[in-house]
Amino acid sequence: MHINMKIAAKYIVVSILLVSFVSCQKNSRPNYQYMPNMYESVGYETYQESDAFANGVEAQLPAEGTIPRGDFMPFEIDNTTEGYEEAKLNLTSPLDSTQVDYEQGKVLYDIYCAICHGTKGDGNGTLAKKELIIPGSYADKDITTGSIYHTIYYGKNTMGSYANQLSETERWHVVAYVEKLKADLKK
Amino acid sequence: MKKSYQSLEDNSTNNMKQVIYRNLTSKILYLGFILLLTFSTSLSAQEGDPVNGKKVFLANCASCHKLDKVMTGPALRNVEARLAEEHGLDREWINAWIRNSAAVIKSGDPYANKIYNEYNQSPMTALASLTDQDISDVLAYTAQPKPEPVVPTVDPNTNTQGEGGVSNNIILGALAVLFGLLAMALILVKRTLNRFAEAKGIEVPSKKGGDSIWKAFVQNQFLVLVTAIFFLLASGYFAYGYFMQIGVDQGYEPVQPIHYSHRIHAGDNGIDCKYCHSSARVSKTSGIPSLNVCMNCHKSISEVAPATLAEGKEYGVDYNAEIQKLYDAVGWDGTAYTGDSKPVKWIRVHNLPDFAYFNHSQHVTVGGIECQTCHGPVEEMEIMYQDAPLTMGWCINCHRETNVKVKDNAYYTKIHEQLSKKYGVEQLTAAQMGGLECGKCHY
Repeated sequence: MHINMKIAAKYIVVSILLVSFVSCQKNSRPNYQYMPNMYESVGYETYQESDAFANGVEAQLPAEGTIPRGDFMPFEIDNTTEGYEEAKLNLTSPLDSTQVDYEQGKVLYDIYCAICHGTKGDGNGTLAKKELIIPGSYADKDITTGSIYHTIYYGKNTMGSYANQLSETERWHVVAYVEKLKADLKK
Repeated sequence: MKKSYQSLEDNSTNNMKQVIYRNLTSKILYLGFILLLTFSTSLSAQEGDPVNGKKVFLANCASCHKLDKVMTGPALRNVEARLAEEHGLDREWINAWIRNSAAVIKSGDPYANKIYNEYNQSPMTALASLTDQDISDVLAYTAQPKPEPVVPTVDPNTNTQGEGGVSNNIILGALAVLFGLLAMALILVKRTLNRFAEAKGIEVPSKKGGDSIWKAFVQNQFLVLVTAIFFLLASGYFAYGYFMQIGVDQGYEPVQPIHYSHRIHAGDNGIDCKYCHSSARVSKTSGIPSLNVCMNCHKSISEVAPATLAEGKEYGVDYNAEIQKLYDAVGWDGTAYTGDSKPVKWIRVHNLPDFAYFNHSQHVTVGGIECQTCHGPVEEMEIMYQDAPLTMGWCINCHRETNVKVKDNAYYTKIHEQLSKKYGVEQLTAAQMGGLECGKCHY
């Protein structure tokens, strides 16, 4: 009887240990680390919280007037109806016919535009078919090189701006591809 | 107002003339045709075809107008009746506005100007190509009563699903109670049997047997040794397993501040991963999309479809409330930004240690590797979790197995040829091109 009690106690200890191990593996919190100071960056990480700035986030907007290095030209046409009309009339692509990369334009168009506008530009994207966002066909739209660029840059009506998802050159590739789609639709 | 009518009439007669000169010769017929047209327009006002109207509406109007919600332009449910009752505007005004709103505004029409200013002076696209029939069809579509029964039909569904969950719990509970009762019964039976045994003076042999087996075991040193070795090895195995998984976050599934379903966005709607994680194409990190990317679509989508909402109930989530959380964070009052935004404290799921370098664009754009290769079936994940272990062994294994696409990469042709010769292979793996060098990832 005495030994039995001991065995029982052992079983209980083992099962408690097992349960505690299992219950430690919670997926809602990260696992333990051996040397946290080797895992975690000393410098600020991109989206980290930080006391250094008033709004408590490390990610800050660049100071006004900042110009990034590389593929960037300031876009000086305003986000207004007049700006739209001006772009529509006067803005042209800086890329000539040899620089336009329709393949890349298609890749980017399929990622960013086709979800609503459809892969053919006929306004039959997945979201349009579900009647969530209904952009209409390029064939029916009165658009020019400049107005397409202005719309990608600032957005128009319910469409938002895609300036932060596409770089300047990429935007012009997409503009060229949209024009090609419109021409194909009109055939 | 009168001016606008006149200009409209001028327009229409001009159009008419063109038509007439093409089709009819007699001036009497011309007049008769005009009369007929004027009557037929007023007749067709009641005879619009809402089915065709929906088509026309979706093709031409829906990018800016919804029936029951203000979007870029005003909500259009019962627009004709409302305009007639509240502003005394008739079909002719509507036709003029639809075909060329700028002209109506210019003519000084007070209501046109009021609406124009109310909606941030964004001009309505001139839809000159719409025929009278198209317009009356659209108006017939907008005049349809709001489909109320949609909401109640959803509720029973969700309720039954909810009841399903509850009844499952009840069944489980009942089973637990049953097992408990069984265990109790067994104990009681054992006790009564023991009492009988005592009463009849029979000794219970099992205890003695147990003792003797234990004694036999202790006395047999070989058995004790084997068992001890077995337990040592087993505990070593488990201890090793435990220590090896420290620092590995496979399966990590944090609760995010806004319940974002990759299943709906990437799966059901088929939105490309790079639509939101656009910096994965061009930079080291894949980036957490800023909220304006959400708003690209959610400016228009403020509520999910009833079927989707019902699915959400299965996960215990009210998707509409989650969209509302997005609106609160981004400061969107339904029609415009209030400027009162606050950051969302997303919890990072995939986090490489600081001592390992990883570059997304190198893998996504240059390597052309599918996101799912490392992130698992994200398009099926209701809650995002870490699918891969993200250990060094896992990285290296892939580098050993993956052939690099060196075709059409003229710049590196020479070194690729030399490496192929060196390793005597047709296809170079990432490892053979230096993908195992320590300094590639640790520096």
